[in-house]
Amino acid sequence: MTDMTSDTPHVHGTLLQADARTRKRNAAETRFKFYGILAIAVGLLMLAILLFNIVSRGTGAFTQTFVTLDVALLEDKLDKSGNRDIEEMKKVSTFGYAPLLKAAMTDMVEKTGMEGQISAGDMADILSKGAPAQLRDYVLANPDKVGQQVSFNFLASSRVDGYMKGRVSRDSIANDKSISAEQLDFVDKLIAQGILTKKFNLSFITGADASDARPEAAGMGVAMLGSFFMMLVVLVLALPIGVAASIYLEEFAPKNWITDIIEVNISNLAAVPSIVFGILGLAVFINYMHLPTSAPLVGGLVLTLMTLPTIIISTRASLKAVPPSIRDAALGVGASKMQSVFHHVLPLAAPGILTGTIIGLAQALGETAPLLLIGMVGFIASNAPDGIASGLLAPNSAMPAQIYEWAKRADPAFYERAWGGIIILLVFLLAMNTIAVILRRRFERRW
Amino acid sequence: MSDLFNGLIGGSAAALMVIVVLGLSALGFYMARSRAMASGNGDRRNLHSLPNYYGWNAAMLTAVPALGVLVIWLLAQPMMIDNAVFKTIPDSAIAEGSSRGLVMSDVRRLADGLDVIIQRGVMDAEQVTTLDAGTTDLRATLAAEGVALGSAVEQPVLDAAQMYRAQSSTGRFWMVALVTVIALAGFVLSLRVTNADFRARNMVEKGILTLLILSASIAILTTVGIVLSMLFESINFFRLHSWTDFFFGSTWAPNFRGDSDLSILPLLWGTLYISIIALLVAVPIGLFSAIYLSEYAGPKLRSAAKPLLEILAGIPTIVYGLFALLTVGPALVNIFGRGEQGLLGVEWMSGATSVLTAGLVMGIMLIPFVSSLSDDIINAVPQAMRDGSLGLGATHSETIRQVVLPAALPGIVGAILLAASRAIGETMIVVLGAGAIAKISANPLEAMTTITTRIVSQLTGDTNFASPETLVAFALGLTLFVLTLGLNVIALYIVRKYREQYD
Repeated sequence: MTDMTSDTPHVHGTLLQADARTRKRNAAETRFKFYGILAIAVGLLMLAILLFNIVSRGTGAFTQTFVTLDVALLEDKLDKSGNRDIEEMKKVSTFGYAPLLKAAMTDMVEKTGMEGQISAGDMADILSKGAPAQLRDYVLANPDKVGQQVSFNFLASSRVDGYMKGRVSRDSIANDKSISAEQLDFVDKLIAQGILTKKFNLSFITGADASDARPEAAGMGVAMLGSFFMMLVVLVLALPIGVAASIYLEEFAPKNWITDIIEVNISNLAAVPSIVFGILGLAVFINYMHLPTSAPLVGGLVLTLMTLPTIIISTRASLKAVPPSIRDAALGVGASKMQSVFHHVLPLAAPGILTGTIIGLAQALGETAPLLLIGMVGFIASNAPDGIASGLLAPNSAMPAQIYEWAKRADPAFYERAWGGIIILLVFLLAMNTIAVILRRRFERRW
Repeated sequence: MSDLFNGLIGGSAAALMVIVVLGLSALGFYMARSRAMASGNGDRRNLHSLPNYYGWNAAMLTAVPALGVLVIWLLAQPMMIDNAVFKTIPDSAIAEGSSRGLVMSDVRRLADGLDVIIQRGVMDAEQVTTLDAGTTDLRATLAAEGVALGSAVEQPVLDAAQMYRAQSSTGRFWMVALVTVIALAGFVLSLRVTNADFRARNMVEKGILTLLILSASIAILTTVGIVLSMLFESINFFRLHSWTDFFFGSTWAPNFRGDSDLSILPLLWGTLYISIIALLVAVPIGLFSAIYLSEYAGPKLRSAAKPLLEILAGIPTIVYGLFALLTVGPALVNIFGRGEQGLLGVEWMSGATSVLTAGLVMGIMLIPFVSSLSDDIINAVPQAMRDGSLGLGATHSETIRQVVLPAALPGIVGAILLAASRAIGETMIVVLGAGAIAKISANPLEAMTTITTRIVSQLTGDTNFASPETLVAFALGLTLFVLTLGLNVIALYIVRKYREQYD
């Protein structure tokens, strides 16, 4: 130890005052801690920005601008023969209904005493292009109302809706052929009269997708049904197969190379990019088996294969958590190995299995990439399926695919729909995850 | 359309068979059960197994082999018929610029169309079998029923379609016969063996074990399916397109009139560039959060911050894609683009889609991935190592940097590799955020494209499985699969090897 002495004279510091090196080390310590806090803060900030963005841009989709209008359902336009024969009335196309709307607009302007500087056609153009069809559907459903004056709530066109929501202004429509500044002046007057109002829009949640020209009418409802049927397929297939596979691997499989291969396989499948499952689905289910494209059945099959590893991994964990004493006790009173597993271990592991399954389903619900390849995009899901068979086999969209579809359309009115769709999707995911957490808290046993 | 599809639609052979077999097996259950009880003189104590086991045995023997054969038949029949019909198409029927595969898909569409017109009652079955391409304009007839054909129907194609239909219906007949015979055989056999001494429980348990093993092997089947489906189509692709151009060429320019340049290098560059930017965002943030949460944070902060960060991992990727396209992209354009009006007053970025847009957003997505994996690994470092270092007078941060992190390094590297494999395989963010221009450039503000984006664009819309422009997607998919699989295997190996050290 003698050679440890140094030539420099040793300075005795005091505990009360830190020397330069200690200060440097402490500063490094503070810096390091600060980096950690900064990293967490950045992460949380990103989350906050993302959520704020979704909520602030998406809530608009849940309200929509409506125009309240009294329409005279003129008999000589809609039912010339006058005998209320539905088949005959069906011959009047939506074009035949458009003049009624123009007339209703002119009436309303006269009644309220507004100065109408624009033509009746321009006035009617602030309504959605779907308004005549709405009128026609009503008349065909209530033929006895022909000849009377009926009050309707029509959707306003997406430009007017955008004006109400601040998306469209007089500057931004300078080159827009769909609406003119004069029409916006007219809209201002209607707002003052209380004829044009913003209301909660239930049809965004329950309705069907609409074509490019009518963003104001597009809804998530049909896509939601598509997602529902896909989740049904996933649940029916992935849960039993996943549980059976886990039981075999955890309780019965001998330790040999085949079991090893299966295990390595499952952990690798869990990390395969989702789009690869889409390629598999396209090649096997559609190209080889000729199942219909865009069908929720095919989507469900693809998502089943994708979710299986997740379910197997979580099921195995919950089977492993059941203590061996349970199995020993069952075997001790004369149960067979199979009985001990199915009568005792499985029921005890059920809450864990269910939690894992719900989380797997939530993952599958938000997955988009494989659905692109099996054709659940680029397609207007305009009809709700009318049964289980058509729900599974008729072309449909799914929630995330619908959001993607809207994001691709160039009209900003569809962007608002896409953000709104994300809110709906996230509400579903939140609900599923909450149920999973509650299940785990309430039923999971610690041994 | 296959039998499976028709079967599900309603009333046809396959669905009918499933119902018949299940009914027979339910009948078997009750008959075997009562037969066993009768042979035990009505006292269950005389039986080897519980009475229900006899029933299950019969139900199982009736249903499982029959349904298994049904499924295998449905899978194999389309391939067998395709092959048989494929051979009969004469070379003369294949037009210039077309291929056997294209003609075959015409045949299939025609055969489906003929089924449709019979279903709708346009013609009856007799009329359809005696059709002559010379006298009837089938293309127009089918178009009227909503079945679009690529070209006018030639006689050889019509013959092939007729053969296709004939073989399909023969196949259906044999399927029904075979499945019925197997179900009946199982039914009779199980009833014959049922008596008081029959070890029904052992049989049922053996059967259940077989089902469990089959379920477990679905994982292997999936992998085999993925590899084979991509391999076959990739081989088809490399028959049509030179592999040297695919792997070593420098341009990606698909051209649906043929003679495309299809090289993976520009796509691979875009993929790697975006992944690297994503990792540059995710690794520091994720790693530092993990260090802080596991080493410094109190239980309160930890229990609040960790689940909050993990929300980021639960958000679907389509949401991130939209975030990139509509929020981050325009924000970046405001900073780096728009000339005088922009924040920096420069004109470096023209569109919202760019490598940086996609990379940043993907980085946010990967933060919780890196942080929770690293958190687990840092927590696995034994406390004794920290205590030793702190006891020698090291500060907390010195302990972390010089003791904990080196000990956790292999695991962290594994976590980063897993994150990288996620980044490479990520689709929605790059489809919406990265752009569609295939080029090799170092400028992160330019739009570039990735492997996954090209797979999506080559396989959506009109696909023609005889053209290299469509088939290239399978070669790209296979490359992607091999790439991510390689990363995963290395990562898992590192993580596992490291875990063994302290366990």
